[in-house]
Amino acid sequence: MNNKKNYYIKRRRLDNIFVATCILAVCIIFALTIGMTTYILWKGLPEISLKMLTSKPSYLDESIGILPDLLNTLYIVVATLVIMVPFGVGAAIYLQEYARDSYTSKVIEFAAETLSGIPSIIYGLVGMLIFSQLLGLKTSLLAGALTLALMNLPTIMRTTQESLKTVPESYREGAFALGAGQWRVIRTVVLPSAKQGIITGSILSVGRIIGESAALLFTAGFAHALNGPIEGIKSAGATLTVALYVYAKEQGEFGVAFAIASILILLTIGLNMAVTLIGRSGRE
Amino acid sequence: MNNKKISKENLIKTLFLLTGIISCAAVVIITIYLVIAGIPAITAIGLKDFIFNTQWASTAKVPSYGIGAFILTSIYGTLGAILLGVPIGFLTALYISKIATNRVKSILEHCVNLMAGIPSVVYGLLGMLLLVPAIRAIFDLPDGSGLLAAILVLAIMILPSVIKVSLMALNAVPEEYEDASLALGATEVETYVRVSVPAAKSGIAAAIVLGVGRAIGEAMAVMMVAGNVANMPSLFQSVRFLTTAVAGEMSYSAGLQREALFSIALVLFIFIMGINIFLNRLLKRSGNK
Repeated sequence: MNNKKNYYIKRRRLDNIFVATCILAVCIIFALTIGMTTYILWKGLPEISLKMLTSKPSYLDESIGILPDLLNTLYIVVATLVIMVPFGVGAAIYLQEYARDSYTSKVIEFAAETLSGIPSIIYGLVGMLIFSQLLGLKTSLLAGALTLALMNLPTIMRTTQESLKTVPESYREGAFALGAGQWRVIRTVVLPSAKQGIITGSILSVGRIIGESAALLFTAGFAHALNGPIEGIKSAGATLTVALYVYAKEQGEFGVAFAIASILILLTIGLNMAVTLIGRSGRE
Repeated sequence: MNNKKISKENLIKTLFLLTGIISCAAVVIITIYLVIAGIPAITAIGLKDFIFNTQWASTAKVPSYGIGAFILTSIYGTLGAILLGVPIGFLTALYISKIATNRVKSILEHCVNLMAGIPSVVYGLLGMLLLVPAIRAIFDLPDGSGLLAAILVLAIMILPSVIKVSLMALNAVPEEYEDASLALGATEVETYVRVSVPAAKSGIAAAIVLGVGRAIGEAMAVMMVAGNVANMPSLFQSVRFLTTAVAGEMSYSAGLQREALFSIALVLFIFIMGINIFLNRLLKRSGNK
C-alpha cells in the first residue's frame, strides 16, 4: 500500500519537473520577445528626430537622414504588391477553381512549396543574374521588387487558396444553376468572398518585404538618393533594412541603426495587429 | 452555349493556368541559372578540391578556392542552433498546445508572431551590440564575434518556425487518444509525453527540418555576428558560413572568384533542395494521419 503511494508521488513529482521545464522554456520566449522589443525601442526611439525622418544623408553637415530609405521601402512594397498580387491570386484561383486535386495543381503546389524554402540570399543572386543583368534593369528598385515578388508569391497563393476553400460549394452551384459561366462565377461569387485571404496575404507579404535584406543587397543596391516614385523605381536604392545593415556593419553608426530598428519593430507590431484584427473580423 | 462564350471561357482558363505555371517556371529557371552559373568554377577548380579543400584565399596571389571550411561551419552552426533552439521551441509549443490557459496562449502566440516578424538585420544588430560584447567579456576573448555568437542568434531566429510547426502538429492530435490515455490512469504529463508527442512526431520532425532550412539559409544576421574570416569552425573563432561567403565577397568579386561564389550558391541550393524534399515528405506523412 505504502509502496503504491510512493510510486504515485514519484510520478507526480516527475510531472511537476516536466511542467516546470516547459514553463522555463516559455519564460525564455517571453523574456526574449519583451527584452528585444523594449531594448530596441528604448535605444532607438530617442534617436529619431524630425530632421532625420525628413532629410537625406548629407556630407556637408555630416547628418544622416533616412527619408530616402523610407521612400524606397514604400516604393518597393507598392511595386512588389502590384506585380505579385495578380499572379498569386490568379494561381490560387486556378488551383482551387479549375484544377482541384489534378496533376497540374500538385506540380504547381510543389513548386510553390519549393519556392518558399529557398533562402533569400539565393533569390538575391538569381535576381541579380536575371533581372539586373539579363533583362537589363541594372541595380534598381524594380529589379528588387521583381525578386521579392517571386519570393512572396507562395505566401499570397496560400492565403488566397485557404480563403477560397472556405467559400461554400453551394454558392458556386447556385450560380452555375442560374446559367453563369465559370468566369462569371469566379468574378461575382468566389472573388468577393476571398477578399479577406488576399488582404491577409498582402499584409503578411508587406511584413516580409519590409524585413527582407539579403535578396535586395545585389538587386536594389544601397544608394540613398532622394527620388520621386517613377525615378525612384528605376534607380538603385536602399530600403530601411539594407540601410540598417550598412549603417551598423559598414559605418558603425549605431544610433541611426537603432532608430531604423525601432521603426521596423513598430511596423512589425502594427502589421501583426492588422492581421489579427482582419482574422477576427473574418471569424465573426 | 455558343462558341464565342466557350472560347472566352477557355481563354480565361488558360490565363489562370499561366499565372499558376509562373511558380513552376521560377523553380526551373532558378535551378538552371544556378547550375549554369555554378558549374564553370567547379570544373575549373575541380569538384574534389572545391568541396574538400579547406583553404579559401580568393584574393591571394595564388588564389585557392576550397569551401570545406564554409560547409563545415554551416553544418556546425546549424546543428548548434538546432540543439539549442528546438528543445526550447518544442517545450513552448507543448505548453501552448496542452497546458496553457487561453489567455496565456494568446499572449504567447502574439510573442511568437512578433519574433517571426522581426527582420533578420535587427537580430543581427542586437547580436552585434549585446551578444558579441557579452561573449568577449565572459570568455575573455580579443573578439566575441564567431561561431558561438552565430549559433545563439540562429537558435533564437529559428524559434518562431519551430514553435509554429510543432504547435500545428500537436494541435492536430485527436483528443480521443489523450482521453483514452487519461482514462487508463496516466497523468496529464505522461499522456502528453507518451501519447501526444509520438502521435505528432512527423510534424515535430518537420519543425526540426524547417529549422535546419532556416538556419542554413540565413545570411544577414550571421554576417553581422560571425566575424567572416575563412577559418575552420571553432566556437570562439571568427568563421564564415556558406551564405556569408556568397554575400561578403559578391560586391567586389570578378572572374574566377565571382564564378566560385556562384558555385558556393549552387552547393547551398543543393543542401536546401535536399532539406525541402525531406520536409515535404514529412509534412505529407503527418498530413495523412
